[in-house]
Amino acid sequence: MTILLKLEGLTKAYPGVIANDDVSFEVKAGEIHALLGENGAGKSTLVKMIYGLVRPDKGKMTFNGEVFQPAEPRAARASGVAMVFQHFSLFDALSVAENISLGMENPPSRRELSARIREVSNDYKLPLDPNRIIGDLSVGERQRVEIIRCLLQNPKLLIMDEPTSVLTPQEVDVLFETLRKLASEGTSILYISHKLEEIRSLCDQATILRLGKVIDSCVPSEQTARKLAEMMVGQALITPTRKDQKTGDVVLKVSNLTVPSSNPFGTTLKNIALAVRSGEVLGIGGVAGNGQDELLLALSGETRVAQDEISVDGKPVGNLGPNERRKLGLLTAPEERLGHSAAPDMSLVENTMLTAAVRENLARNGFLRWNAAKDFAETIVKKFDVRTPSVNNAAKSLSGGNLQKFVIGREVLQNPRVLVINQPTWGVDASAAADIRQALMFLAEEGAAVVVVSQDLDELLEVSDQLAILNEGRLTSPVATASLNMDDIGLMMGGGAQTEMEAQHVSS
Amino acid sequence: MFHLEPRPQTSKLWIAITPLLAVVATMIAGGILFAFLGKDPFVSIRLIFWDPLFGDFAFYYRPQLLVKGAPLILIAIGLSLGFRAGIWNIGAEGQYIIGAICGAAVGLAFYPMESWLIFPLMILAGALGGTLWAMIPAILKVRYGTNEILVSLMLVYVAEKLLASMSLGLLKNPEGHGFPGSRNLRDYASAFNDELFAGTGMHWGVAAAFIAVILAYVLLNRHMLGFQIRLTGQAPRAARFAGVNPPRLILFCLGTSGMLAGLAGMFEVSGPSGQISIDFNTGYGFTAIIVAFLGRLHPVGILLAGLLLALTYIGGEIAQGQLNLPAAAIQLFQGMLLFFLLAVDLLSNFRIRLNQRKESI
Repeated sequence: MTILLKLEGLTKAYPGVIANDDVSFEVKAGEIHALLGENGAGKSTLVKMIYGLVRPDKGKMTFNGEVFQPAEPRAARASGVAMVFQHFSLFDALSVAENISLGMENPPSRRELSARIREVSNDYKLPLDPNRIIGDLSVGERQRVEIIRCLLQNPKLLIMDEPTSVLTPQEVDVLFETLRKLASEGTSILYISHKLEEIRSLCDQATILRLGKVIDSCVPSEQTARKLAEMMVGQALITPTRKDQKTGDVVLKVSNLTVPSSNPFGTTLKNIALAVRSGEVLGIGGVAGNGQDELLLALSGETRVAQDEISVDGKPVGNLGPNERRKLGLLTAPEERLGHSAAPDMSLVENTMLTAAVRENLARNGFLRWNAAKDFAETIVKKFDVRTPSVNNAAKSLSGGNLQKFVIGREVLQNPRVLVINQPTWGVDASAAADIRQALMFLAEEGAAVVVVSQDLDELLEVSDQLAILNEGRLTSPVATASLNMDDIGLMMGGGAQTEMEAQHVSS
Repeated sequence: MFHLEPRPQTSKLWIAITPLLAVVATMIAGGILFAFLGKDPFVSIRLIFWDPLFGDFAFYYRPQLLVKGAPLILIAIGLSLGFRAGIWNIGAEGQYIIGAICGAAVGLAFYPMESWLIFPLMILAGALGGTLWAMIPAILKVRYGTNEILVSLMLVYVAEKLLASMSLGLLKNPEGHGFPGSRNLRDYASAFNDELFAGTGMHWGVAAAFIAVILAYVLLNRHMLGFQIRLTGQAPRAARFAGVNPPRLILFCLGTSGMLAGLAGMFEVSGPSGQISIDFNTGYGFTAIIVAFLGRLHPVGILLAGLLLALTYIGGEIAQGQLNLPAAAIQLFQGMLLFFLLAVDLLSNFRIRLNQRKESI
């Protein structure tokens, strides 16, 4: 096979950190090439250089036999490089065709474009109606829009950044089929992920990055997932374990929770009911945008509901605000780290004040005890291995994984009665994710009730005792996790009343 | 060529240096401007920045610095609380007027009785008047979601009409031979906000401004409410998550800034100005917005910025008088100060890098 992209000695340094250090590897034509590494290993910087968003300080790229120095993404696209980002850049209120046309240099007429979208989407079995409004699409469908936007450029190299983090198992299968078809037609794919099983089944070749350097390369299917993870992390991995759980009384009880959505593209929660016992982990799965955010807001107290719809240890708390609930032991950690569970421009010390003032006694008569806050921040940093030069650094200066460890640590160390977490390991590297899951299990062992909302099914199966699925604002009745396999869950996530019946069938 | 590179963290050092840099840049650009007008740039800059403080007539100008700076500082401190939380009170001028009217009205109601109780009552009335005037946009915003910028600004014009009506009607001096304006409070010992130490310009309003600076500093750095104000401005969603009650914060921020503006008006009318008149207000409420931003919404910064702006006012008047500089040139000069401040602000979040030559072949 001919070599499509060749990188030689690429180096990029940012103030205080070398993102890429002398990175060299090559991607052959028609190859699905995995780029594997922890968060902060330099994967994103590397693909940004290939896509023309960042200029390398040193080094040389060759694309299709020619020297390749894209000054901007437009130049990269013109050479045949396309990229699907982890976060989509789509306008909710516009249609599929309008969104795609906005990203084009010389958009054809709407009619012609719609025809081409239909054609490409049929060819690659990615059904998509060009006239639908983005706001009405599922996350998986939105990703299709981004992929089709790329395919319309007939790329020679397609870069995909963590594409499966938002998909159901069935959607992942469809995506992989598409990618394999593309590769068989000669398109190379650079696939960034830290989901190792996926890489083993999909990719022909893998390059492993650690701390900005190429550590190793291998044929993923010849390695075990564990071996890959250890290459990536550079140390042996501990699988989170927990002792036999002793479950106690019901701590968190939600009944008849109905919350209308606050925005037109949100989800209305309908008649949610759940009960979590002390020592138990309830996993809530489901594709993003099915009411996860709304459920979290209702549980944290940011959205107030009727008094008796939520109770903690038998006390109704539905009408209470976040701090009153914290006083009773109901703690939460929302999905969005920067701007929701932490204030980006504030230091870690200041960020402890966000949620810990009540339970950790960080304020007296309204006056803040900064020394106590600093001590608490340092405890979190130490116990949860948060890597930061100092607790006075701004939250935004931490990598995603480290900030997440800080946020989770802040809640866990407050000894909650109930901890509700949305996406505990989203965008977090393998070793940090393992630490976080372990911490959640310890917390349950100590007698707390834990609710984990996640789109990562492996994670849910690993940590939770009971699993329920959120679908269009409704929650299925929980099923014991031990009795489930991937296919059952995939069907539960597919939605509808049928799913619920099946779930009950499985549980009985 | 250059390019800008975002700093990983906002630089504390540059936040402190940039205002000084802006003053220096303003001096240079202002000097060039004055040179084009045919005046000696060095003399003009000296007249504006040096003479009010250390010149031959400094004994007269120095007290003026406090007299002009105090209301600016007092109002700007109040505004900065709201600005930090993203609550925009643009109507401090109106609250200043209402504070003055209420304070003066209470004083005049007791005329000619003499009692030490009268002045404290006037202070209370001024504070209350300003607070209530600011509560109008606050309650409308909380209750009906109106825009506080528009409502507070519009209420300035209502307040100005009220001021005119008061000077011509209810509060008009019965012994004033038909001229508009109230009795002069200078002639009424119990209501007069005299200098605390003769010849210093230090009156109760100056004391209040210093106290406000200290209290604001403590509030913002040591108190939960101040923390919530900062949090709301920086990350509104995180603030809700932290249990901040937005309506309460709106009422507090607008109420406090109204109260301080009202106090400033009351101290002004009972002291330096002396009487309610149609042209009593001179734009302190608007200039205080500039002071608040020039001082980076930080209490100590506002203290310095208020004094600096007072200095350019006084120095500007000297330069106008001695060099016949047009008033517009002085205003331009003050505008440049804000302009340069905003421009060099960039340096605290970005660093300038020279572009390297491409090393790859």
